[in-house]
Amino acid sequence: MMSATFTIDGQEVPFTPGQSVMQAALSAGVFIPHLCYHPEFRPHGSCKLCTVKVNGRPATSCTLPAAAGMDVESNTPEILDKRRALLQMLLVEGNHFCPSCEKSGNCKLQALGYELEVFTPHFNQFYPDRPVDASHPDVLLDFNRCILCELCIRASAEVDGKNVFALSGRGITKHLIVNAESGKLADTNFALTDKAAQVCPVGVILEKRVGFAVPIGQRHYDAAPFSAHVAEFKPTPESQGERS
Amino acid sequence: MNAPQTPPKLKVATCSLAGCFGCHMSFLDIDERLLTLLELVEFDRSPITDIKHCGPCDIGIIEGGVCNAENVHVLREFRANCRILIALGACAINGGLPAQRNHLDLRNILEAIYATDTGLASGTQVPNDPELPLTLNQVHPIHEVVKIDYFIPGCPPSGDAIWKFLTDLVAGQTPHLGHGLIHYD
Ligand code: SF4
Ligand code: SF4
Ligand code: FES
Repeated sequence: MMSATFTIDGQEVPFTPGQSVMQAALSAGVFIPHLCYHPEFRPHGSCKLCTVKVNGRPATSCTLPAAAGMDVESNTPEILDKRRALLQMLLVEGNHFCPSCEKSGNCKLQALGYELEVFTPHFNQFYPDRPVDASHPDVLLDFNRCILCELCIRASAEVDGKNVFALSGRGITKHLIVNAESGKLADTNFALTDKAAQVCPVGVILEKRVGFAVPIGQRHYDAAPFSAHVAEFKPTPESQGERS
Repeated sequence: MNAPQTPPKLKVATCSLAGCFGCHMSFLDIDERLLTLLELVEFDRSPITDIKHCGPCDIGIIEGGVCNAENVHVLREFRANCRILIALGACAINGGLPAQRNHLDLRNILEAIYATDTGLASGTQVPNDPELPLTLNQVHPIHEVVKIDYFIPGCPPSGDAIWKFLTDLVAGQTPHLGHGLIHYD
């Protein structure tokens, strides 16, 4: 029996039942930009960077189940423009000063900015005041760069069984908090070995004393753009709902 | 028959506002290509010429954001005179390093630096000579003050990135910076 397929920008992509459009695309080596998607976690659907048009209607490819015969548009000027605008909004909402960020070169937000040729944040800067939390002996939290993707929240709850992080507030005041009475990371049982310490796509959760150790030229996205790393994002059993 | 005419040279002005001149140094990093560039362009106001005011130009290139009133005046003079205005580098584009003071109170910063910090001579005060341009409460990228036509990111953008961008532009093409040339750091 032929396996079921759909098309992305005219290219035929096979899928197994239950896979999202994103999972099927990445499995087939077709890159779709994303920030809150992570191969080991259930989809979250918050960043909207993975937006595509399916049979003419916009949808987030990380949450949309693949179906036979779908006509998916991804790399069109219209969709690329929308993705650029999303990246620009993320950049001005926080304080993103890449030259002084330890995540620079390894950051998905930055790498997507390069990939989509975002030359300017375009909008007016918010310059929010978000003090850092340096209380923990091994890890620095720099909230200035949080994009609210909830990956650390999901990792801490689902993998580490700790619930160290949460989101608080609504709308533009929504922000990441630490679940401790003091609000400080040092007053939780968070550890550097936690999954939550490894999943942040941007430069918020940073291991202390290793910043800038890797020289420019050897960082993760220096040699090849985000899209060339497609194999790293292929779905795992966990992302297909199999974490117990 | 007439001799073939060389096209008139493009007039280019450049300046550094709240920047560190790193972007201008990087501009000089186009090395011997500067000679090729000089066949195509002539410089108006620029640290290279020391002309103090910008006259009518084809291209204006601005390094740095705005951190004081004088920056704003210079930026407006460039916008009024330049057909195409380009933001060069991180500080012009998002405020960059100077903007990291934006969540601090300006008076507190000035007093800490000029009056209350240890190691200052006694009686030291925050300078307030009328000749000094007034400092803005916050540092801002230049596109928040005037319309900017093009942006070349980087801290600083590499000489190669600047060259690629300007040669695309002078050739009348939409400038592109591929992987490795576009960077924010
Ligand atoms: S988190 Fe990414 S985009 Fe933000 S400052 Fe750091 S490297 Fe730049
Ligand atoms: S800290 Fe990082 S992983 Fe957590 S929500 Fe913010 S951006 Fe996402
Ligand atoms: S990756 Fe799909 S919404 Fe973030």
